[in-house]
Amino acid sequence: MLELRDLDYREGGYRLRASLSLEPGARVAVIGPSGAGKSTLLDLIAGFRAPQAGRILWQGGDITEAPPARRPVATLFQDQNLFPHLSLERNLGLALAPGGGRLSSEARDRVAEALREVGLAGFAARRPGELSGGQAGRAALARVLLQARPILLLDEPFAALGPALKAEMLDRVGAVAARLAALTLLVSHAPEDARRFAEATILVAEGQAFPPRETGALFADPPQSLSAYLGPRGA
Amino acid sequence: MARRSLALIAAALVLALTLVPIGAVTLRAGGFSGFAPGDGQALRFTLLQAFLSGLFSVLAAVPVARALARRRFAGRGLLVALLGAPFILPVIVAVLGLIATFGANGLVNRGLAALGLPEVTIYGLHGVVLAHVFFNLPLATRLLLQGWLAVPAERLRLAAALGLTPWAVFRTIEAPMLARILPGAFAVIFVICLSSFAVALTLGGGPRATTVELAIYQAMRFDFDLGRAAALSLLQLALATAAGLVALKLSGGTGFGAGLDRVVPRWDGQGRGQRALDALAIGVVALFLLTPLSLVALRGLPGLALLGPETWVAAGHSLSVALASTALCLAWALPLATRRGEALGLLGIAISPLVLGTGLFLLLRPVVNPFTLALPVTALINALVSLPFALRILRPEAEAIRADFGRLSAALGLTPWAWLRWVFLPRLRRPLGFAAGLSAALSMGDLGVIALFADPERATLPLHVYRLMGSYQMQAAQGAALLLLGASLAIFWLFDRGGRVYA
Repeated sequence: MLELRDLDYREGGYRLRASLSLEPGARVAVIGPSGAGKSTLLDLIAGFRAPQAGRILWQGGDITEAPPARRPVATLFQDQNLFPHLSLERNLGLALAPGGGRLSSEARDRVAEALREVGLAGFAARRPGELSGGQAGRAALARVLLQARPILLLDEPFAALGPALKAEMLDRVGAVAARLAALTLLVSHAPEDARRFAEATILVAEGQAFPPRETGALFADPPQSLSAYLGPRGA
Repeated sequence: MARRSLALIAAALVLALTLVPIGAVTLRAGGFSGFAPGDGQALRFTLLQAFLSGLFSVLAAVPVARALARRRFAGRGLLVALLGAPFILPVIVAVLGLIATFGANGLVNRGLAALGLPEVTIYGLHGVVLAHVFFNLPLATRLLLQGWLAVPAERLRLAAALGLTPWAVFRTIEAPMLARILPGAFAVIFVICLSSFAVALTLGGGPRATTVELAIYQAMRFDFDLGRAAALSLLQLALATAAGLVALKLSGGTGFGAGLDRVVPRWDGQGRGQRALDALAIGVVALFLLTPLSLVALRGLPGLALLGPETWVAAGHSLSVALASTALCLAWALPLATRRGEALGLLGIAISPLVLGTGLFLLLRPVVNPFTLALPVTALINALVSLPFALRILRPEAEAIRADFGRLSAALGLTPWAWLRWVFLPRLRRPLGFAAGLSAALSMGDLGVIALFADPERATLPLHVYRLMGSYQMQAAQGAALLLLGASLAIFWLFDRGGRVYA
């Protein structure tokens, strides 16, 4: 279980509080107005920001102070998920060998296998610049597969893709999350993403991350802050 | 954290290497009588030549920059590139070219003689100023060109739509821009010329045309009056620091001017008079820059046959000094490529190499014979002097790399080595190549501290050229100068190119 216990984060005049817990393997959307703190919430879990108060626990162990790489977390960022000057093999290999040494033949096999799984068989020698947006997203997903962490964070990673491609990518993320049995948090602007992907949804608004509610129920009966964000026709 | 402690070590070394020699100079200066009678004259001359050099460079740059900003013509890109060249051009090479153009037997005087006019001399105040304008007119032009290209296109469109006359365009658009940029450009050039050594050494000299830097050299080299050298060093330090601070405030951090080859569409200045004016400005500046360089190449060619073994030994010394200085400079610059590090690196601009050299001389003398360390000391000081330029080139890109890939690297848990090997250095390759090229070329052409330390055994190529000039072996000097020019351009090109291939 991932537990955010009385988490309190402040920066300048901005504040975000969170007190909630999430089951392993759950698929959760994070939704709310821009600037409310959706990305901040993910940053706190991933370890890119440190809270002023409160604890973060995973399966009962305290990970509040752990550096990003020591957390049970893999992240898909908005962009810069791949080093543009390195081949896909080297990019993915860094997930297996963060020391940057020569890849063992076993590691290379695992990279090739991960690429095959996302439909990029034979792409190992390509650089990210030679890929389409969708292919780059899949390559980043393949790296998540190799990292094999029990928590997967996605910060609007497919915002630049068209609707059809985005839907396909969400399905792929779902498949990867199921393979890893990973708790998955997806930040999104779009309610339809939440409906498509997540059984539960966290609303971030008014300086607070509210505990998750069942996605359908939340949109059927939105609290005032959510209906203001969605607008009259949004729900 | 490893990166942080490396940065701290690098910063401490820079500080120690700049401040300790200055401390040594100060201690030494305390106990001595200080200045000689001629030194007031040196101070006056230093200020006067720097003022005139800045003034003429900036004034001449206005029509040239304006012409480049509003005209397209064949060779424009080449001319803009040429404006960057004096930065890596060895001073002694330019001086030889200027002597070939304006000297006693130069092109200009031959023309004047044919017309029955009196000849001009290149030595003394106007020679020094001429050489400084040769080096800094291109710099001023680039700074002003940046200002012109930064004028918002909407304003030019508005001026065109209103049908403003050239005078009205100047008053409403160009004059405010110039008022913003000219003082900074002038101040930068003034500071550069304050610590002029090689130009004063070759074209000045004598009681009436000696800069403070040159006076330091003479006190050390001819009179061996360490106390006076120390007193002069303090004077130079105060001068450079004060002027440097003013220039920093006025210039507001100018870059290396990426994108100067852009032409902003303009609708003004289409009249015949304006066109003729622009053509004249471009023609004159191209002639002024290209003639001396062409003459070095032309006259140097026969001189190449005269190059003796000494020249090749000197060239070898220069190459090792340039490579060592580049390696040192980059090793310093990489951990310091942050905002704070760049501020620290600015120290290198304010201090003069001669002051540093004097300090190191005083420090080393009790321990070893300083002359045996001429080459390592030169490499060290060249690295310090190049550091601010290297930081200015590297810092923006280094920060962008950290911003773009820092999180991903932290998420993957890359080790510092893997970060350096697979992310930082490969991404930094282009600016690294450019910075290495500049640093190597600057060191290759440097004629400064080496003159202070060198004995006949340990000359670098620029010093060797100077000595050949001094013994009136002009042909050999021109041959060696051509070799130096080729070596400087080649080493710059190789490094810069190395950063671009496969990148």
